[in-house]
Amino acid sequence: MPELLLLILISLLKGGLVLGLVVLPGAVVSVYYERKVSAWIQHRIGPNRTGPFGILQPFADVAKLLLKEDIIPTDANKGFHFFAPLIAVTTAVAAFAVTPFGNYIMVGTTRIDLAVAPNINVALLYVFGVGSVAVYGITFAGWSSSNKFSLLGGLRSASQMISYELCMGLSVIGVIMMAGSLNLNDIVKNQADLKWNLFFQPLGFIVFFVAGFAETNRAPFDLPEAEPELVGGYHTEYSGMKFGMFFLAEYGHMVASAAMTTTLFLGGWQLPIPASVLAPIGLVEGSIVLGLLQFGTFFAKIAVMCFVFIWVRWSLPRFRYDQLMNLGWRVMMPLALVNIILTTIVMAFLR
Amino acid sequence: MISLYLPIVGTIIVGVLFGVVMMKLHEVLGPRRANNEKLSTYESGMEPISSVKDRHSVKFYLVAMLFILFDIEIVFMYPWAVQFKHLGAQGVIAMILFMVMLFVGFIYIVRKGALEWD
Amino acid sequence: MSLNSLLFFLFAVGAIATGIVMITRKNAVTSAVFLIAHFFCLSALYLSLQAQLLALLQILVYAGAIMVLVVFVIMLLNLGAEEKASETLNIRGLLGITVAGVLGVQLLAVFMARPSGHNELPPIATSNGTVEALGRALFTDYIFPFEAISLLLLAAIIGAVLLAKRHLEQVEAPKNISTDDISVQHQLSDKPVH
Repeated sequence: MPELLLLILISLLKGGLVLGLVVLPGAVVSVYYERKVSAWIQHRIGPNRTGPFGILQPFADVAKLLLKEDIIPTDANKGFHFFAPLIAVTTAVAAFAVTPFGNYIMVGTTRIDLAVAPNINVALLYVFGVGSVAVYGITFAGWSSSNKFSLLGGLRSASQMISYELCMGLSVIGVIMMAGSLNLNDIVKNQADLKWNLFFQPLGFIVFFVAGFAETNRAPFDLPEAEPELVGGYHTEYSGMKFGMFFLAEYGHMVASAAMTTTLFLGGWQLPIPASVLAPIGLVEGSIVLGLLQFGTFFAKIAVMCFVFIWVRWSLPRFRYDQLMNLGWRVMMPLALVNIILTTIVMAFLR
Repeated sequence: MISLYLPIVGTIIVGVLFGVVMMKLHEVLGPRRANNEKLSTYESGMEPISSVKDRHSVKFYLVAMLFILFDIEIVFMYPWAVQFKHLGAQGVIAMILFMVMLFVGFIYIVRKGALEWD
Repeated sequence: MSLNSLLFFLFAVGAIATGIVMITRKNAVTSAVFLIAHFFCLSALYLSLQAQLLALLQILVYAGAIMVLVVFVIMLLNLGAEEKASETLNIRGLLGITVAGVLGVQLLAVFMARPSGHNELPPIATSNGTVEALGRALFTDYIFPFEAISLLLLAAIIGAVLLAKRHLEQVEAPKNISTDDISVQHQLSDKPVH
């Protein structure tokens, strides 16, 4: 019994750590990052009143959202109106449970893996599973509001997300073939010495990355919340922190998407320096310094990917819905299939 | 073995708790000055006309159905991709046959115009 | 009691509880949510049997794909509140009770057949459920069923498109409508929105 309690306590602690150290800072930083980068792109200054360089802006946002009135429309289904943002934020947090933030460090003789749940053999499938459950948050939000705009936004979003989920699922097959494993840490280890999957799977990378935009409902695929057509889309009837939960979830999903792209295609926590160079200067596997460096490298790569996400959002116009679905089904799906066939042929001949 | 997966459950519980705490905090901190107008369904300043219980395009169902079918096809590719290096020629031929079937289905969908959004 | 069996009982109780809640709710969407929760419990049960791939497929395919369609259909059909609850004992109910009874007897028979407690996993099971083992089995011993599945899925795709396409064509080409076809007229009168 005490053994089980300890295990549960450690699990909750790990969950709390990933929320406190990765998801919330990630969301907070990317909110500020988005505002500053968009301002830079549009030749504005951006937030500069709250704290030095406006770095307290995200906290001001949170305070504002908390102090707003909570409006639940009379026609809404109250239970689901509360439940929907909960699904959205939970899936955003849960997506990080299997991400490898680094390899491992040795403290004395105990090995500490730099991940919440390391050594999960089916980690990649878990990530897709979380992604497919995230669809419900938006669908229920749209449905429970009893509002035409919300319902249409929710429906569109769900159709869009499931369509692009297929492309995402197909685009990683090549990566799995190369690594021979669904374990994310194995996939990262397979990309050692700058042998990033990006160079071997450029087509898969493009499909995965584009699908990532659609999965996170970000521009140019933010059809669910296209203001000219659907007002606020699925969150039209949400206010205050309940809206804030969707807001947080969007940024959480963006960081998660960047983290997955990094893990699968950009070498994850691998430093851009071969291990043969690092080993002579004392940076061997398991040393704390190397662990921290890997952790830093991983987040630097995520920051770059997030920058691309923001850059694209503020540069490209929104797609029309038929264009979006056509792109997903008629362009991305065949491209992903071609990628699998090409990988099969090349790998069969190289053998 | 199942204990490996407990941290995932822990993360999910923490996520749920965080969401509940934040939203309840908001309910406590936020002001309450509701009136009928404010609580009515938003429709760009108009009185809401007709209900949401309208009929929707069959395409949404079609997309969902096709998604299930393709999802199942993709799911079969994962074990194959993991074992690819050990399966040899037999595995390649098996998957090519499978992919041909998938492609036939795909071309059928496109030719039938099932994915035309107008 | 080992950790594994403790977790098994936890999730088994969870699965039964969510299942019962699912069939007793009047609101169909609530039922759907509890069905999804039930799938999660089932997934955990698969995990306790060391079947990792199956556990994740349960979430990916059932909770993530099939339930999306179910939720779509329930939400957009919008059954009125009065239509849902007014089902009294009729032929369908009787049939349901009969089938449940037969299933109950079967389950009882299965339990009685094995009175001695074989609640330890046979050792071979630990590596049987991994993706690697499943892939090996699927592409060596079960290659014919695998290819047959692709044919089955192709048939299902064609069926889905035919089913949906019939409606689309009727809406687009009004000349095919005969006046006595009420369902088609109804479709035309309130053209679907998308």
